[in-house]
Amino acid sequence: MSNTTVDILLLAFGSFGILIALTFLGEVLRARQEPGTQNPVLETYMTRIQSWWGMVAFVGTALLVGKLGVMVLFAFCSFAALREFLTLTTKAQADHISLALAFFVVLPLQYVFVGMGWTGMYTVFIPVYAFLLLPIVSALRGNSEKFLIRVAETQWGLMIAVFCVSHVPALINLEITANSDRAVLMIAFLVMVVQFGDLLEYFFGRRIGRRKIAPGLSPKTWEGVTCGVLAAMLTGALLSWITPFGLFGAVALAGAASLVGMLGSLVFAAIKRDRGVKDWSHLIPGQGGFVDQLDSVIFAAPIFYHLVQFFYG
Amino acid sequence: MKFLRHFAARIVGHAIRIFARAITAVRADWQGIEPVPRQRVYFANHTSNGDMPMIWASLPPALRREVRPVAAADYWLKNKLRAFVGPEVFNCVLVDRRPEVKDKPMDKIIAALDEGSSLIIFPEGNRNMTDDPLLPFKAGLYNMGVARPDVDLVPTWVANLNTIMPKGEVIPLPLICTVTFGAPIHVEDGETKDAFLKRAANALASLAPEVQS
Repeated sequence: MSNTTVDILLLAFGSFGILIALTFLGEVLRARQEPGTQNPVLETYMTRIQSWWGMVAFVGTALLVGKLGVMVLFAFCSFAALREFLTLTTKAQADHISLALAFFVVLPLQYVFVGMGWTGMYTVFIPVYAFLLLPIVSALRGNSEKFLIRVAETQWGLMIAVFCVSHVPALINLEITANSDRAVLMIAFLVMVVQFGDLLEYFFGRRIGRRKIAPGLSPKTWEGVTCGVLAAMLTGALLSWITPFGLFGAVALAGAASLVGMLGSLVFAAIKRDRGVKDWSHLIPGQGGFVDQLDSVIFAAPIFYHLVQFFYG
Repeated sequence: MKFLRHFAARIVGHAIRIFARAITAVRADWQGIEPVPRQRVYFANHTSNGDMPMIWASLPPALRREVRPVAAADYWLKNKLRAFVGPEVFNCVLVDRRPEVKDKPMDKIIAALDEGSSLIIFPEGNRNMTDDPLLPFKAGLYNMGVARPDVDLVPTWVANLNTIMPKGEVIPLPLICTVTFGAPIHVEDGETKDAFLKRAANALASLAPEVQS
């Protein structure tokens, strides 16, 4: 086994260890309940832990398979996220072809470009080519009603669900690790620091949160976010051995990624509130949809990618 | 041969269901009614040819086996493929809408109910191409409710299919489709046809999810 494989297995077993502890905690709490009663908070917690088991298994397997596994996993995430996003956007029948192109041409091509490591293409494909060409396809059908809203919302969906999500697997193309098999560990680093930060932000926000960041939009508090970002930085420090950034660099990048991610989820909260939905879909039990689960990673990935490229490129 | 056709119908049925799930992540949302095997008539809004397969795919297996969509014979007997899929895969009750035909659609429907099947019907009669949520209902639903008063009439709203597969398009868009089943209704004593159909249409329209756009 190569060093990288050993490291991925270590991370996976570490995550499984945490999940075993959390599952154990939940079962103890369940056992202490009065027989026949149900605590909804505890049941939600247990459903979420179950979903987490699945996610750790999927991401761990993808990383072990390597590049192809990562591409397939995140292409699927993009598909699911784009489906959730475009379900809620404004569209007309005139957009049918351009939406079909978004799903069946733009999305796969973006992942092909990322898989080929064609940096010059995957950083401009959606912001330039798709941005200019898809509205032309819609315009050709000759329906001007709400035209700007329709094309703008479609483009926003593509940027979020395909462009941003594809920057997670694109981390394997970063120059600093591009030629070693340790590139996949960059993905593990980003996903773990952001998700741990979120988890602890939720926990501390519930416990000690007082001042809301955006009242009427999200229950996130300054106290929760501060604790979450600090937890992400600590996670970054603990994981710095899998990165080439050194201790200080890993802590700084983890903090930046986590902060952008948490504030990014406020953006998604605003969109959901505007469209009158609580969750993006029902596909992940206890968590809502793929966008609910990925929201902070979606915002963090391109920023993390470009920060690393800027400071270590 | 008969066995082979039956087997092929089962396989095609599974393929259609998996395809519908993969594209639209179709989900049944049971509001005010449980997915239990009782005899029911699911009456649904109709905007796309995909409506019936979508309801069919969203039902749990035990209910799907007992359900028979009521569909137009002229559509499903047009060619050999449709004549296989309609009557054999979906087990449709085919009715002839042409006025000059002798056998009455309602007789076939009542016969299917008397065999114990549940039904899927589209009381608007045609696909709704307007901006209104529903077209006026035809009398069929009322007649079923009067003839077999014990059967639950279940309002069934299919969301989003007019965008997933609008009339005239070939490629289905992968958007999320939800099938919402509401509380069952029955024809009440002395209720007129118009009053009942209005009540049924309101029960159905109230299931439409409210999404601002």
